Amino acid sequence: MAIAREAEPIGSLSEVKDAGLDREDLLGMYRSMLITRGVEERGHILYKQGKIPGSFYTGRGNEAAAVGVGSAMGPDDVGTPLHRDIGVHIVRGVEPWRIFANYMGRADGPTRGRDGNVHLADARLGMIAMVSHLPAMLPVATGAALAFRIRDERRVAVGWFGEGASARGDTHEAMNFAGTRRLPVVFVCDNNQWAYSTPTHLEYAVEHIADRAQAYGFDGVVVDGTDVLAVYREAKRAIEKARAGEGPTLIECLTLRMEGHAVHDDAFYVPGEMFEEWAKRDPLERFRKWLRENVEMTDAEEEEMNAEVKRLLSEAVRRAEESPLPDGSSVTDGVYAGPEALLTPHH
Amino acid sequence: MAELTYLQAISDGLRGEMRRDKRVFVIGEDVGVYGGAFKVTLGFQEEFGPWRVIDAPLAETAIVGGCTGAALMGMRPVAEMQFSDFVSCAWDQIVTISAKQYYRAGTPVPMVIRLPSGGGFSGGPFHSQNPESSFAHIPGLKCVCPATPEDAKGLLISAIEDPNPVLYFEHKHLYRRIKGDVPEERYTTPIGKARMHREGDDVSVITWGAMIYTASEAADQLEKDGVSTEILDLRSVLPWDKDAVLASVRKTSKVLVLHEDTHTGGFGAEIAATIAEEAFEDLDAPVKRLTAPDTPVPFSPPLEKAFIPQVDDVTGALRDLVAY
Repeated sequence: MAIAREAEPIGSLSEVKDAGLDREDLLGMYRSMLITRGVEERGHILYKQGKIPGSFYTGRGNEAAAVGVGSAMGPDDVGTPLHRDIGVHIVRGVEPWRIFANYMGRADGPTRGRDGNVHLADARLGMIAMVSHLPAMLPVATGAALAFRIRDERRVAVGWFGEGASARGDTHEAMNFAGTRRLPVVFVCDNNQWAYSTPTHLEYAVEHIADRAQAYGFDGVVVDGTDVLAVYREAKRAIEKARAGEGPTLIECLTLRMEGHAVHDDAFYVPGEMFEEWAKRDPLERFRKWLRENVEMTDAEEEEMNAEVKRLLSEAVRRAEESPLPDGSSVTDGVYAGPEALLTPHH
Repeated sequence: MAELTYLQAISDGLRGEMRRDKRVFVIGEDVGVYGGAFKVTLGFQEEFGPWRVIDAPLAETAIVGGCTGAALMGMRPVAEMQFSDFVSCAWDQIVTISAKQYYRAGTPVPMVIRLPSGGGFSGGPFHSQNPESSFAHIPGLKCVCPATPEDAKGLLISAIEDPNPVLYFEHKHLYRRIKGDVPEERYTTPIGKARMHREGDDVSVITWGAMIYTASEAADQLEKDGVSTEILDLRSVLPWDKDAVLASVRKTSKVLVLHEDTHTGGFGAEIAATIAEEAFEDLDAPVKRLTAPDTPVPFSPPLEKAFIPQVDDVTGALRDLVAY
């Protein structure tokens, strides 16, 4: 039996206005989702062209979850978005060309070629770079929240994880610690139902990941992760609650990973009907329809936005390709921080 | 100058930094109300309050990961592992995130993890280990192992000041056994610089931590036989003072590398290999290693005595070297 609250879908425009969004915000969120999908589609092409070393990961199907939560964060809030959450970086203001540069291992990517694919973050925008050991980021997000609590700052940390990552102890330790101290942290589970090839019933035995929140002494909520406005409303509620000193929330965004774990994986193990069913709930298409029906997004506006995003991404790819590869002789640079590193505030 | 125990010197250094810099906070199991399992933070919570002396749940991953997050937000966390053995539960956080974040993301992680280490009191396999060599293999970390009260304070202050994650291995067997003069004012001891513990001409001992005192007793015995032993206290294993080691090798031409940790892949192997690479021509005998055997740390006193290098083991090894 489910314990967590199941969030209602967003219906009317007045509800959206109550959540604090005006027409411009709504179109901005749609644009961020378009850019998110566009970055990943272009990235996939670059990968096939052999321009991206290593592997390549996308978050197709997760655009609403990422953009919804990212949009609900305040300017001084911080977070640890993962590999299906490029949308968060876009909302925070990372320029797409720097994301492409990171994919391609160029010197101008946020990691300067030190790390690849989606392992990137711009600390000036409040983002903390993820590691491959995904649940390991949750204690870090909790630690950021601890710093805010010690200094009595009204800031919030958001920690992301997947339903696969929910199986590891870090998730428990982070939530348990955050619960005991009522820290200003929001845990966001991108439950895309497949951890590589492993289905949910082999990752957890409760009905919802969010049901676990009660065990840690805070609220859990399950939300349709393809409904950007419902995600936004729940994230906003949780973030403002944390900011008010009322402790953590666990939000579970239910989606389907619409592609393989990475581009080499054809996801043969996902039933075809499942893809068909979830394709009908494509987060971009769903929001596009809502915008047309509720805020009269016009053909002209849509065309202009599509064209602008296309230009932006073409320019971004061009600029990233112009960025030099790092010099091999710099391999040992920057293993240790010198005292000057502490002079630039990253927080 | 005040005469302090090794443990008091750690407390003194930590308390001073907390008074001086409100970004410094302490987190660990039982560090607050109880004052820490060894009482290093006794009275701290009364002075600094429960949000700067934080009693954490029994969760090393949350403690260390929490420190990383707080450090990234501009704090200067000092975590206490109740025993260094429990750091295994935080390995991933240290090695995967703290150590690599600056290289990957350009964001420094100024944090300290205090690790009460070492045996000698029947702590058994899980309360006696010396895990420094495991971490000395991880680029991005710094590892210090003070042996004297003066260095205990100075290296702790350096560790807190350092913009990198620093593992501070404090030897439990020295806590109340070793006393020494400690300056009352604030000072730092450089990380990565060895300390000449005893000058000598005939043979060198390269060691750190509690083995400094075992080596000293052995050197006293050998002195009666007219053998002059040099003892170099490495103080840090990452980075380590290669120049000081090579200088001592060039001076005496005979070297014993001594540590309380187990043998295979212990940090002594790195030192011995470096001496072989860079000072082979200066040697008058093969480099000798004296370490614990490759076993878990045993519990029963005769077994533990057989495990930890004893004074007689050191004198024996040194006599072999001198006779070579």
